[in-house]
Amino acid sequence: MTRQETKSLLIKGGHLIDPAAKINAPMDVLLRDGRVAEVALPNKIRGTADEKFDARGLIVAPGFIDLHVHLREPGQSYKETIATGTAAAAAGGFTSVCTMPNTAPVVDTTEWVAWLRSPEREAIVNVFPIAAATRASRGATLTDFSALQRAGAVAVTDDGKPILDDDIMRMALRLGAELNLPVVQHAEDTRLTENCSMHEGPTSFRLGLRAMPAAAESAIVDRDVNLAQQIRDSRLHVAHLSTSDALKAVRRGKRAKARVTCEVTPHHFTLLDEDVGEYNTNFKMNPPLRSATDREAILVALADGTVDAIATDHAPHAAHEKQVEFDRAAFGITGLETALALAVTKLLREHKIPLTRIVELFTSGPAKVFDLRGRGSLTRGNFADVTIFDPRKRWTFEASKSRSMSRNTPFDGWQFTGKVVATIVGGRIAYRAD
Amino acid sequence: MNKPARGSLLGIEHLDAKDILGLLKLARRMNPQKARPLLRGKRIVLLFYEASTRTRSSFELAAKSLGAMTTLVQSSGSSIEKGESLLDTGYTLRAVGADAIVIRHPSAGAPHLMAQHLDIPVINAGDGMHEHPSQALLDAFTILKYKKSFKGLQVAIIGDIVHSRVARSACHLLTRFGVKIVLCGPPEFVPEVAATLAPGLRITRHIEDALRGTDVIMLLRVQKERLAGQKIRLQDYIAKYQMTAARVKLAKRDAIVMHPGPIIRGLELTAEVADSPQSVIVDEVHNGVPTRMAILVRALGRAK
Repeated sequence: MTRQETKSLLIKGGHLIDPAAKINAPMDVLLRDGRVAEVALPNKIRGTADEKFDARGLIVAPGFIDLHVHLREPGQSYKETIATGTAAAAAGGFTSVCTMPNTAPVVDTTEWVAWLRSPEREAIVNVFPIAAATRASRGATLTDFSALQRAGAVAVTDDGKPILDDDIMRMALRLGAELNLPVVQHAEDTRLTENCSMHEGPTSFRLGLRAMPAAAESAIVDRDVNLAQQIRDSRLHVAHLSTSDALKAVRRGKRAKARVTCEVTPHHFTLLDEDVGEYNTNFKMNPPLRSATDREAILVALADGTVDAIATDHAPHAAHEKQVEFDRAAFGITGLETALALAVTKLLREHKIPLTRIVELFTSGPAKVFDLRGRGSLTRGNFADVTIFDPRKRWTFEASKSRSMSRNTPFDGWQFTGKVVATIVGGRIAYRAD
Repeated sequence: MNKPARGSLLGIEHLDAKDILGLLKLARRMNPQKARPLLRGKRIVLLFYEASTRTRSSFELAAKSLGAMTTLVQSSGSSIEKGESLLDTGYTLRAVGADAIVIRHPSAGAPHLMAQHLDIPVINAGDGMHEHPSQALLDAFTILKYKKSFKGLQVAIIGDIVHSRVARSACHLLTRFGVKIVLCGPPEFVPEVAATLAPGLRITRHIEDALRGTDVIMLLRVQKERLAGQKIRLQDYIAKYQMTAARVKLAKRDAIVMHPGPIIRGLELTAEVADSPQSVIVDEVHNGVPTRMAILVRALGRAK
């Protein structure tokens, strides 16, 4: 990178929300040499900084962490690259993203994990690879968890597909337990969802589309929580949880002190199955948009602490993969650049979930799920990853101006409140709003 | 994406009552035997991704009796076989001069995709399990021939409703005029969610209940290929739901028996019922031509 490295940066005049440190007050933050050097009351930081950032009227937060993104490399760089995907991440306030292994080929070796982390990928935010749990994610033979972990994988998953077989899932959780490595489940009983393209309900019936019952998700979560309760020290993370019944299973696991965590996407707390309208493929994703009852349960769980993280499931696709018949269209939508805006607009303003809780869901919550040490909080010595946003700023999202290579978003033209102003990664400004 | 071109017919759901009545009125003025070249010089493409006898031939005859030219494009023997996308096929047909496209496709919503990207009328000739608007219109046309008005009518739709585009379109159309509809079949064919499709729908599992006091018995083809994955057995279905002469007697004395075809004698109905005086199955096919003439005139004609 040719950019001049800033050795120290003083963020001055902002309001710091750092849930892990229990701070919700006006604070100045000094970053030096890629780390947090000092956090102090306004005007209390002595000495000089190479650069100052005027954060008056803005919220200063630990850098946002997205546990679930598809950056499409290796192999699908016509949809997205690590360079463009992390640019979109920075624009959305994310300083760290965890990449899913369902690429071409699947990331199931240490070589590919190292490849993803190489500076040659030109990532502008931190990239944490999640490796495949089974070889080629075929669900049959476990990968070498230990080697993958040493190479830098923060978790394992067969995302895009479930780990369906009971024995394989049990073995994955056991091995994960030994290594303290989370197993991320894409909970979908694919025996119930073959050729299905949306959630089963009145809308799918009206549109004549084959549809996925909510039970296809909750049955797998139910089984996995049972396994997690049986296997000591195992760590289960439920990806993109979308149904009320799956939440019940997660609550059961948490009450029993099993190490069960879950994430929810902005589109599942915002949209409903009926928003598919007349076959709009930008509303097609997996898991699908669900019923009002499911969304209500998700909102409750976001507020009450059951949900550990908001994750985008950013899934870029080329136009030709979406401008086709609904049942033939690719699953997935982009999400990095609209996540905070949706959280502020929907969760804070509409559903009155406190900003401190929202920040937790983007920072310390996800940091804990994958043990991202030194991240998720701005205590002294931690990484200098900071997200600065304006919770009152009104703006309109235009897909055509997205930094992602793809445009498959249902939120084109939406008016939002809440905008990222700057994203700082390792003490350097990776994104700054115009 | 843009709004579908004027004159498109993508489904019944979003048509208002006035539009439906206008089409039915227009259909009554259409006479396939006495050609009126209302669409002379117009080019209509029949784009069929699925097999069809009735719908295809009646759209073709409807177009020709109005003086339009038609060309048939099928998935086999065209560039579709080489992997051309639906939209590219649409752009190609537009470029060769199509004034309207009549499309049948196994994917629900395929006509909508086409209509959102083309500036010519798109007519849905059946899309997956979604809608079959021209069938619903010709059925309404047929009902009005025998029943004078929709007022106070009761219709029983019996069979595989979950997989039926005919049933969906019929429900949308008839309930628009206050017709009471009873959906009848086993849960595999008539899930509870079916009642949410339109106001005034009721579900029953008992054929006697469905038939009592009914003016119209609408049967659907039992799609044997769909039974394979289901728990339901053919013999059970026949025992509980097959339309027999004895069962027809449970309905009103002047009740008519309808079926969109193709019929499977000995399965959803007996041969005796199919050939009985109460059966209007052949008349439905007959009425398909003037109904589709009306649809094409609405799409491309100057005069309303």
